[in-house]
Amino acid sequence: MNIVVCIKQVPDTTDVKIDPKTGTLIREGVPSIINPDDRHALEEGLRLKERFGGRVVVLSMGPPQAMDALMEAKAMGADQCYLISDRAFAGADTLATSYSLMKSVQAVGAWDIVICGRQAIDGDTAQIGPQMAEALGVPHVSYCIEIAVDEDGKGVTAKRELEDGYEVIKTKLPALFTVIKDINKPRYPSVRGIVSVCRNCDVQTWTAKDIAASPKMIGLNGSPTQVARTFAPEPKGQGVVLKGEPEAVVKELVKRLREKNVVRVR
Amino acid sequence: MDFALSKEQQMLQQMVRDFAQKEIEPIASDLDKEGRFPEEIIKKLGELGIMGMTVPKEYGGAGADTVSYTIAIEEISRACASTGIAVSVNNSLACFPILAFGTEPQRQRFLVPLARGEKLGAFGLTEPSAGSDAAMQQTVAVKKGDGYVVNGIKHFITNASRADTYIVFAMEDRTKGTRGISAFILEKGDPGFSFGTIEDKLGIRASVTAELIFEDCRIPADRLLGESGKGFKIAMSTLDGGRIGVASQALGIAQAALDRSIRFAKEREQFGKPIAALGAIQEAIANMATEVEAARMLVRYAAWCKDTKRPYTAPAAMAKLFASETAMKVATKAIQVHGGYGYMKDYPVERYFRDAKITELYEGTSEIQRLVIALNVIK
Repeated sequence: MNIVVCIKQVPDTTDVKIDPKTGTLIREGVPSIINPDDRHALEEGLRLKERFGGRVVVLSMGPPQAMDALMEAKAMGADQCYLISDRAFAGADTLATSYSLMKSVQAVGAWDIVICGRQAIDGDTAQIGPQMAEALGVPHVSYCIEIAVDEDGKGVTAKRELEDGYEVIKTKLPALFTVIKDINKPRYPSVRGIVSVCRNCDVQTWTAKDIAASPKMIGLNGSPTQVARTFAPEPKGQGVVLKGEPEAVVKELVKRLREKNVVRVR
Repeated sequence: MDFALSKEQQMLQQMVRDFAQKEIEPIASDLDKEGRFPEEIIKKLGELGIMGMTVPKEYGGAGADTVSYTIAIEEISRACASTGIAVSVNNSLACFPILAFGTEPQRQRFLVPLARGEKLGAFGLTEPSAGSDAAMQQTVAVKKGDGYVVNGIKHFITNASRADTYIVFAMEDRTKGTRGISAFILEKGDPGFSFGTIEDKLGIRASVTAELIFEDCRIPADRLLGESGKGFKIAMSTLDGGRIGVASQALGIAQAALDRSIRFAKEREQFGKPIAALGAIQEAIANMATEVEAARMLVRYAAWCKDTKRPYTAPAAMAKLFASETAMKVATKAIQVHGGYGYMKDYPVERYFRDAKITELYEGTSEIQRLVIALNVIK
């Protein structure tokens, strides 16, 4: 089974600060990590390989320093890693990014399954996986908490988590899946893996040309989305604390909740 | 001169730190209270390649350098010093002598499973009457037929009873003094080999320390490690590397004590402000931080000497001496920074304090380290 996993390198914080002047993320002093959901995607890919054989290829589109994320993926057990990096990709929105990743998946060769994390903690769009599936022309199941591949390796029964329950979906391969963190517990990179990736330096870089990407479809040219403004939302004010005897406080609380239509008391 | 860690060392540090913080730190206090050996953690560390870090890949190891090894022991001990020593003993005192002095069949049979973490190792040198005076070995090995018969008692042996493979030293010919001592590889289950008292200790309570008892213990001739009569040399050379491991363990304890002191000083308010704003606390923390950093430099330097094939007996002794005494000092100060809270089991600094003490004692007391250093510098 040939498995492709897409990962993104992100700043290691969910408390991302934005420079009020430029409107861009302040990355200085913030260490970079593999996006948490993507780590689960990689783990799922590695487990499928352990069960069905084949190989796990990891792709990441980003600046040269994203190489670190791919080296870690390799140390965790990925067979091959490619950094998709080119100045021509700069300014890509999710459409241009998913096109570029789709071209990269095609450049990998024969594949059965693509696994992505649900969404990245720096952008939170959750669009890349589904958009890639559309571009590749394959079915996708998002928010997976379970990916059960049939014994013959030809179909998948996937369980996806929704706000109010689960959906179980059957699909044929090839297909794309996005996963959430409850799907598995990712392994740690091994010492042997780290030593090997650092001494062999075997993560390759692919440019726009290497993946045969159309210049019109990548970077700013391929991005219909225009960011008008980025800003940090106003911090929420302090909550109201009601003090006094429990009975009186509860009465007051219910009154206020009714006023705000949070509860209805007949 | 370059003080920066290599990419490989940085990645290893990140991985071990991550593992230690997520998998070990949350249970360290319970392991200590229950005196429970961290079996499941050791198994996971084996899978990650940490039980045979510097052993070459062809013998089941990970092929990392000694600097990376010190980083790993530091990070593990920062979370749990008991786990740190179990790992250090396996790497430094069990894997190393088999790799350095073992025959090819011995390496295949004993080293590979130790390095893979499938088996655990221990080192039996100390005896009731042979502590710092390690040459006073009372355990005897007598050649009989196609093998040896071992008799005697080893005590204070880390990992004993849990370990599968033991490097054991015994006197073959008393008339030759230290040149009459030989090293052997014993296995749990060898006829006549059993375990005695399991020690009840002040600190590192999740580490198991026990006696090895040999009563007409018969082993085949191929268990002799290195040449006959070279045991003492093997022991001393093995302990040089072991001291780098213990120094790293001490460094980890000291770092943990410093971490907790900084955290507490920022949270604890007295006189209307966090105590971190008080001069007395700042002075204490500044001294602690400086000493921890100095210890780290000595530990990494000793490891670098080993990696670059330089003599490392004295650097290892200096690192072990300084790091262990730093651990004791910094842990003591950490309790002082915590005030009465530091004396309570609710905070981990009392554990660091109890754990730190052993680093001044085992694998050569501070007095023995000073002796080793003196012999190396006064020539």
